[in-house]
Order: sequence, then structure tokens, then C-alpha cells
Amino acid sequence: MVSEPLRDTSESGSIELVERIRSIPWLVWVVAGFGLVWVSTRLSGEIQFPSEVLGISTTIPLADWTNSAISWMTTEFDAIFDAITRFILRRILVPTEKFLIGIPWQVFLAVVGVLGWFSTRSKLTTLTLVLLMAMIGSFGYWELAMITLAIIIAAVFLSLLIGLPLGILAAQSQRFDAVLRPILDGMQTMPAFVYLLPAMFFFGLGKVPAVIATIVYAVPPLIRLTTLGIKGVSPAAIEAAESYGATRWQILRDVEMPLALPAIMAGINQTTMMALAMVVIAALVGAGGLGLEVLLALNRLDTGRGATAGLSIVALAIIIDRITQGFARRYEESIK
Amino acid sequence: MEARGEREDAILSVRNLNKVYGEPEHVAQAIRLIEQGASKEEVRATTGAVVGVRDVSFDVYRGEFFVIMGLSGSGKSTLARCLIRLVEPTTGAILIDGEDIARADQKSLREVRRTKLAMVFQHYGLLPHKTVYENVEYGLRTRGVKEEERREAALAAIERVGLAGWEESRPGSLSGGMQQRVGLARALAHNPSILLMDEPFSGLDPLIRRDMQDEFAALRAEEAITTIFVTHDLDEALKLGDRIAIMRDGEIIQIATPAELVTNPADDYVARFVEGASPARYMTAAQLMEHEIPTIPLGASITEATEYFNDRNVSAAFVVNDQNQLAGVLTWWAVAKRSGGTVADHLAPAATTSPTTRLEDIVPLAVESDHPVAVVGEDNQLIGAVRRLDLLQTLAQELEDDGLNGRGEELSSNGYAPTADQSELEAQINRTAIGD
Repeated sequence: MVSEPLRDTSESGSIELVERIRSIPWLVWVVAGFGLVWVSTRLSGEIQFPSEVLGISTTIPLADWTNSAISWMTTEFDAIFDAITRFILRRILVPTEKFLIGIPWQVFLAVVGVLGWFSTRSKLTTLTLVLLMAMIGSFGYWELAMITLAIIIAAVFLSLLIGLPLGILAAQSQRFDAVLRPILDGMQTMPAFVYLLPAMFFFGLGKVPAVIATIVYAVPPLIRLTTLGIKGVSPAAIEAAESYGATRWQILRDVEMPLALPAIMAGINQTTMMALAMVVIAALVGAGGLGLEVLLALNRLDTGRGATAGLSIVALAIIIDRITQGFARRYEESIK
Repeated sequence: MEARGEREDAILSVRNLNKVYGEPEHVAQAIRLIEQGASKEEVRATTGAVVGVRDVSFDVYRGEFFVIMGLSGSGKSTLARCLIRLVEPTTGAILIDGEDIARADQKSLREVRRTKLAMVFQHYGLLPHKTVYENVEYGLRTRGVKEEERREAALAAIERVGLAGWEESRPGSLSGGMQQRVGLARALAHNPSILLMDEPFSGLDPLIRRDMQDEFAALRAEEAITTIFVTHDLDEALKLGDRIAIMRDGEIIQIATPAELVTNPADDYVARFVEGASPARYMTAAQLMEHEIPTIPLGASITEATEYFNDRNVSAAFVVNDQNQLAGVLTWWAVAKRSGGTVADHLAPAATTSPTTRLEDIVPLAVESDHPVAVVGEDNQLIGAVRRLDLLQTLAQELEDDGLNGRGEELSSNGYAPTADQSELEAQINRTAIGD
């Protein structure tokens, strides 16, 4: 007992010494580096980034490359883009929109009420959600809201189709995760206007490029949360399934996915909210709906119109958020 | 490893099993060192690799209750997990029905897990999103058993562990003891050749743990499922195990029956381990019973029985049929002053126990009955009887060993303790019982 603390101090003393020795060259390097920079500035007299160094151009012509790549792809893969456009439009967007617009408003309100009640079990919340939906109608935006909702549903559905497999793959493979992560970072931080252009080139004007741009912006949280959810599944449960001879696929289906579902549902919620945040930008390429109302209000400096259209988007967001979160919470509690 | 004769009925044979954690080159070096006889600590000092299991070999026989016991860090759980390959063994062989699990590919490993092994985990390992019923049938589901068959097996298993009525509950709403019953039911429904239990009762509070031990022992009495049971609790090991393997530093240092372990420990470590173990916990009926016991044939007449009692000066006897199966107990006062009929008309039910029952569980039977406790084997064969005096003497021995010598002497000086004239005292106590 006596020798322990003694050895401890001698050890920590030697560590301190090593650190001190290490810290000296580090500081010397920084000072020397700054000195060198200062001397070179003095000698050349230049402080702006040079367009050429020693006769070699320093310009990276990425802009030209991108333009030629996009135009090459637009012509070469025209058929593929066309097929995708037609599929999304005819199989997903148009039927969804027709269906939503075709629902009588009384039925729609009733559905909101029932979903609200079963997800939250709160009379006040349910009533609020129904009233918010009615508010959109009272603003005269019922049909526009349905158009927007159709785009959101299409974008979230396609996000699930893309995001779930990628999220699952990233949870299985460390390497895939490492590659995917910076791409997702880029998708989330790249200004939406930037990829709106190629989306327009590839998929034309209208709702399809809007849906594609929305997916690019909204899918990353779903992928991340799917990965996080699967990685967070208790190893004990996986081990138990494994010990009973479950295959990799059976473990994914019976254990990992159900236990990651709360996280995945949070991802779906996030994706939906981000898709709603995209409706105005999507309207720029011709998505229509509530986003277009906001754009028109902006053009005509009509604050009132902007406020009602904006509030309708917020109302839609609150309705979807409360219902999806309510279901997520109820499921999470049931598996605790 | 101790030397013993090969037995035919080994269901599981482990040979020179090693598990070493560390960088691949260190592991290879560590294995070479182990082969040269280096200990866990020597390997760590030389290579930096950590030895989980070191050169372990043993056999488990069909129907046996094999306990792997050791303190935490002794490698017992690692060993158990190696057997089902939740931990990959580094070198060595694990033979189940002649097939080497250690070298099986993923497909045959899955097949072994689906048909031959089932594990019960310390932390239950239940699927929280599935109901009790769905959890229990999960093992069967993985191997594609038909719905109807699954249902039958799962419900039977749930019934056996006493969870009937809880089928639709979720594990999260159950207590620890009940969750472990679910874990046990899942394993039983799987109908494995070998049941692996990794400290199944350690997480439970003492009262529940005891109940679970007793119930599990009763369950095994109905059907002798080969069981490998990992524990750090000596009492549990002595109480349940047919044989116990004691582990330290990744090695098995002794494999023995509970009684051998206490009376003949392999080294000081084991000796210290089993010090103070209560004979009531580890001694079985078979070890204490009398083989020569008076019996009356079932067909005997009352007159013959009365003569029998008078001739031998006893007041009760076990009654057996011509296959030596126990029919009951006959007392002298039941037939006194009667003459007609046979003994079959005057039988009373006998207190019975099985050969592997521990003494502590026989004591209540002995207290309740006015005759020795009959020890019966398969098919109700009468194989012996435990006399209450023997029981008392064994337990008194424990009290003396527990440092109550002073009191023991005091008692003997008062003439109450079994001393000089033992047979006389015995005769007094057993006056109304079978024997002399």
C-alpha cells in the first residue's frame, strides 16, 4: 500500500518530463514557420493568392469540369433520367396527389383526429391538430396543402427506399460508414440552390426535380439515425438470437430492425420536417403548392399572403410531427 | 488434468481448449508458451496477451449436471461461451456427438446451435419487443419449425417454468426471476441435447434465487437434461452439481463430485474455497442411506406382518412388490389386533426421496415422518433409506466443524451428544422406526 503512491508520483513525474520535451520542438516549429512566412512575404512583396507559381497555374477548373460533366450526363443518360422522371411522376406523385385531393375534407379532418388520438392519447393535442388542419382550409389553401403533402410523401417514401438500406449497410461496415459520412455532411451543408440546377437539367422542370432536391437535403438524418439505431441495439439481444442459430438476416429482421425502430422513426420524423423546410426552394423549380404561394407573396411584397401560406406550412409540419412522434414514443415505451 | 477412465456416454468432450486475447502475433506466441506449460500470468508478462481459457479438457456425460465454478475473472464464462462459439476459441477441440464445434463453418455451427445447444444468459437476453410467448418460440422459429409444433412446444415450456397466463406479457413488465423463467422456457422449448447456463440465477435476489434453484432441480428430476452450469456461488454448485469443475486463471484445477471436492480438495486453493461448506448442501441421500433395510412383500398377510414385527422387534417396515418397487410403509399399530386381509389394505404412504437429493432437502421430510425416508430410484425401485439419526449426526458434525466445539463438549458432558454408547442411544431414538 505504501509503495503504490510512491511509484505513482515517479511515473507521473517522468510523463511530465516527456511532455515538456515534446512541447519544446512543437513551439519551435510554430515560431519558425511563422518566421519563414514573414520572410517570404517581405521578399516577394505579394500578399494575394498567386494565379501561378513557378510558371504552373494554380487554378483548379472544377467549374468547367462540372459543367461539361453535367452536360455529358444530360445527353448520355437522358433515357435513364427520363425513365426515373416518368416513374416518380406517374407512379408516385400523380396518384398520391389525386388521392389526397380526392378525399373529402370532412374525412381528412376525421383521419387527422383519429391518428392524433391514437398517437398522442391527448384530447387537447388531437383537437389542436384538427383545428390546425381546418385553419389551412379556412385560408383557402386546402388543395395547395394537398399538393405540398403529396410532394412530401413522395420524398419521404423515396428517402426511406434509399436511406434504410444505406443506413443498415453503414451499421454493418465501418469502412462504408467512413465513406458515407462526409458525403452526408456535404449533402446537408451544400446550399440547396447548388444541386437544384443539375436536378433541373436531369429531370426537367416541375415536381420531380423538386422531389429529388428534397431527398438530397432530407435523407441524411434518416441514414444517420438508422445506423445509430442499429449500432445501439443491445449486444445481449443479438447474442441471444445468435446463440439460437439465427442467421445474419434473421438477426437484422427480428432483433436489430425492431429495436432500432424508435431511432428510425425519429429519422423519418426529421426527414419529414426537413422536407417541409424545402417546399419554398422546391417551388423555384416548379413544385407548386404552398411553397409557390410564399414565392408569389415574396414577388408581390404581400406580407399577409406570405404569412398565411407560411403558417399553413408550419401547421402541416406540426400535424405530421406530433403524429409521427406520438407513434414513435408509444412504440418505444412498449419495448422498454 | 486428472486421470480417469474413458466413459462411453460423453455427450460433450473438450480437448486442450485455449482462448487468448491480443494481437495475432502475440496470440500465436502465447499459444506456444501455453503448450510449454506457461501460466496465465507468465504469458501476460512475456507477450502481453490475455489468457481467457488455458488448456482446458473435460467430458460431460449424458444427463449430467456439470458445474463450471470459479471467481470472477477465472474464465468460467469465457469457457461456456466458447462452447457455443459466442466467443471464438483460439485453439483446441469441442466435440459434440463427435463433431468438432470449434472448427465448424458458419452453416454447421448454426445447425448445432439450432439443434444441440441452448443457452440461458445471466442477463436473460430476451427480445424486449416480443411477448413472452414469442420469446419462448424464437429458437424454434429460427430453424423453421411449423407454427403448430412451435405453439405446442412453447406453451409446454411456459407451463413447465410456471409462467402460464403470462404468454402475452412483454419481458419489460416482468420481475427478474420471471424474466429468467422466460429465458429458461426458451431454452427448454428448443429441446437441446445440452443446456448451457451462464450464471442464470446470479442476478436474482437470494430468496428468488433459491426458489429458482429448487424448481430447476425439480425440473431436472423429471427429465435429466444434460446441463452445463456456470456459477461463482459455491453453495449453488454443491447443491445442484453432479460434478464440479473449479476454475482459476483460465484453468480447470479440479473436477470432482461435490463430496469429493470437500473431502479431497486438489490443492490449497480448492481447500480454501470449499472450507466451511455445509454437508447438508452437498451430501446426497445416496451417500447417507442404509442399503440393508427391512421390507415386507406386498402380498404378505397381516399375520405374517405381525410375526415379522415381533421377530425383529421393529414397529414399521417398507412394503415392496415382487419387482422391489415401493408400495408404502406398514406400521405395527396399523396391523395390531387385526387378522384378516393382506398388508396392502393397511399401507400408509412413505416419505420418499431420490438418490441425488441433498440432505438439507431431506430434513423436512424426516421431521414430518415417523419412519426413515425411503430412497427410490427409477421406476420407484426401493434402493435404501435415510435414518433420522444418521441425518442428525451428519448435521451435528457440521455444527462442531463450525467452531461450536465448546458447546459440543458441554453437551457430551451432559450426556446428550452421541458419544460412547452410540448404539444404545440410536436404539432409543429409533425405537419406533425401522431398523434396530
